Amino acid sequence: MKTYRSLVLVSSDARSLELGAQQVFQKIQQEVNRLGLDEEVSVSMVGDVGRHDAIPMVIVYPEAAIYGPVKVEDVPFLVEEHLYKGRIAAGLQASQRELSGRIAWISARKGTLPAEKRVVLERAGVIDPDNIEDYILHDGYQALGKTLSEMKPEDVLDIIKKSGLQGRGGAGFPTGMKWSFVAKAPGKKKYVVCNADESEPGTFKDRLIIEGDPHSILEAMIIAGYAVGATEGYIYVRGEYALAQTRLRNAIQQAKEFGFLGNNIFDSGFDFDIHIHSGAGAYICGEETALLESIEGKRGEPRIRPPYPTTSGLWGMPTLVNNVETLANVPAIIQHGAEWYRSIGTPSSPGTKVYTILGNVNVTGLIEVPMGITLREVIAIYGKGMKEGSSFKLAQTGGSSGSIIPASLQDTPMDFDSFTKTGVALGSGALLICDEETCVVDLAKVLLQFFRVESCGKCNPCRIGTERSYTILDSISQGTGTLKDLEDLKMLSDKMTTLSNCGLGQTAGTPLRDVMNYFRAEVEAHIRLKVCPAGVCPMSGRH
Amino acid sequence: MTVERLIQSRDEFWAAGFTGDLAELIPLLQYYQETHGYISPEGVEAIAGFLGISEARVYTVASFYAQFRFQKPGKNHVFVCLGTACHVQGGVDLANEIHEHLHIRNGETTPDGQFDFKEVACLGCCAQAAVVEVNGKIYAKMNREKLRKVLKEHQHA
Repeated sequence: MKTYRSLVLVSSDARSLELGAQQVFQKIQQEVNRLGLDEEVSVSMVGDVGRHDAIPMVIVYPEAAIYGPVKVEDVPFLVEEHLYKGRIAAGLQASQRELSGRIAWISARKGTLPAEKRVVLERAGVIDPDNIEDYILHDGYQALGKTLSEMKPEDVLDIIKKSGLQGRGGAGFPTGMKWSFVAKAPGKKKYVVCNADESEPGTFKDRLIIEGDPHSILEAMIIAGYAVGATEGYIYVRGEYALAQTRLRNAIQQAKEFGFLGNNIFDSGFDFDIHIHSGAGAYICGEETALLESIEGKRGEPRIRPPYPTTSGLWGMPTLVNNVETLANVPAIIQHGAEWYRSIGTPSSPGTKVYTILGNVNVTGLIEVPMGITLREVIAIYGKGMKEGSSFKLAQTGGSSGSIIPASLQDTPMDFDSFTKTGVALGSGALLICDEETCVVDLAKVLLQFFRVESCGKCNPCRIGTERSYTILDSISQGTGTLKDLEDLKMLSDKMTTLSNCGLGQTAGTPLRDVMNYFRAEVEAHIRLKVCPAGVCPMSGRH
Repeated sequence: MTVERLIQSRDEFWAAGFTGDLAELIPLLQYYQETHGYISPEGVEAIAGFLGISEARVYTVASFYAQFRFQKPGKNHVFVCLGTACHVQGGVDLANEIHEHLHIRNGETTPDGQFDFKEVACLGCCAQAAVVEVNGKIYAKMNREKLRKVLKEHQHA
């Protein structure tokens, strides 16, 4: 491997590209060439760097100097000062105050912040996502090589089981178990499907994983295919994720050229091929059976289970459906072993979790931390505290289908087990932090509005339950609610949770339940006193 | 639809790499919308003919997904995000602004064909809330005033 004196990384998430990251990148290359530094300096586009306040962002190693927002006109000065003369280009640096995500991690190595733990996002923001050689240089496809040359499918299943990896889509189902169900199921043909239809509002971790490190998903899918005996894979990518789709198509093309995909991979006699299916704007297609229906070219209405996809999935064949983040863990587990993976996180939920922090904190963005960190720590350390003048009231986890966490549960370790025991859900990894100015009735109303629109309408508890709950919440917010509404909401929440056909309806009741459990007084104030304590609801119906 | 037109659209679909497999229904609809701007009645006929299924079946699937438009789009496409994060930062205000300023509701096109407008659940850039997308470009941390400015820019462009 060639060694460089300096590494220059240019952010290239969708937003940076719009703001001219491509031009900045080209200009840096030009300037580097002009000064004859091309043998000493490597320049790459690296996807999302986890910080959006100063993009396009340019990071220069080994100093870990962060510049941003960088304009094309700034480039000659930057290159001359930093890369040619070797000193920090004054005036172009991004403000040091707000550190998050990737940058927080980089700074942590310089001792300014407690370190995140990166497994899934280890390479995102470091490698050029459009270049397979860069991935290979960073140990990419080694896990695949090890799998195909040294391991039997049973060995792979065994190591995934032992690692204790759980599905990261929100439910936390043991991944190893799912894999062995598919491996055991009889079928002429089997499929591996990667669920990248990330439509939970507030969640964008999967997009950043794919945009930053698309090959890791391909590698994991090939390994999964080998383990369960599948020969074909589908990646169902949300339609809105145009850049992620382009990156994946490019990655698949390159993997084929390098012989990681196709027939007889690594002379092992194992064949595997991957297709991309673009979603068409339906939240429900994130539900695995609806997703399969959609790939088959039908309306995305969830199937009735059993049979589960593990025995009868895509076109009736045994199908493994895994979330992007789940798969992204696989290569690292194969490479470093189950023991290593178990050393991260908590005993019941090993590994790391990627969160997106949003709302009234000082720093919003993406972090990857070990399972079991508490909400209080996330807010204090990575969110850099609540915004000035506001105090923590509640957090809403996992997009829409998570829980509303009150301040009293701030110190619950965030892992699947502890959350389930407390009676709340971790969800997909979005953490919307709300302050005292947030009204719970209004928040629940937004969530139910979302479910009401996105409900596919196939089963009654969900279709009618979401509609009725929304109407009731709306009348409470208008100041026309009655105390009986509280009973009705509780009943609707129970019925939706227990009777709905799929996860959408089952979780639609969660916000109602949490509001009733933790914020009943506030709802009652709307009804008894005709007052919205947070001053958000219109209360136009009050007399 | 005449046989000639059916053959013509079949050749077009073949040229684009489609084979006529039923699983291609959604990709076909996406392709048609991309090349023709929206799913017209002729488009539905062409796709139904190509796959050998009824037009009703094509509508059944197409109408399920929010991506597909059945109305001719305007010159500029405006999306207002109403996801949780954007709602908290005033997304509804932005939707109302469109309604008051352009006099169109969710899913409609202005009579002069300048703008069409859609409310979406989440554009996936919640750290930038509230977000509006115009012609594929994301405008971050929006308020009513900024939105008016953005609309004005596009009206004259």
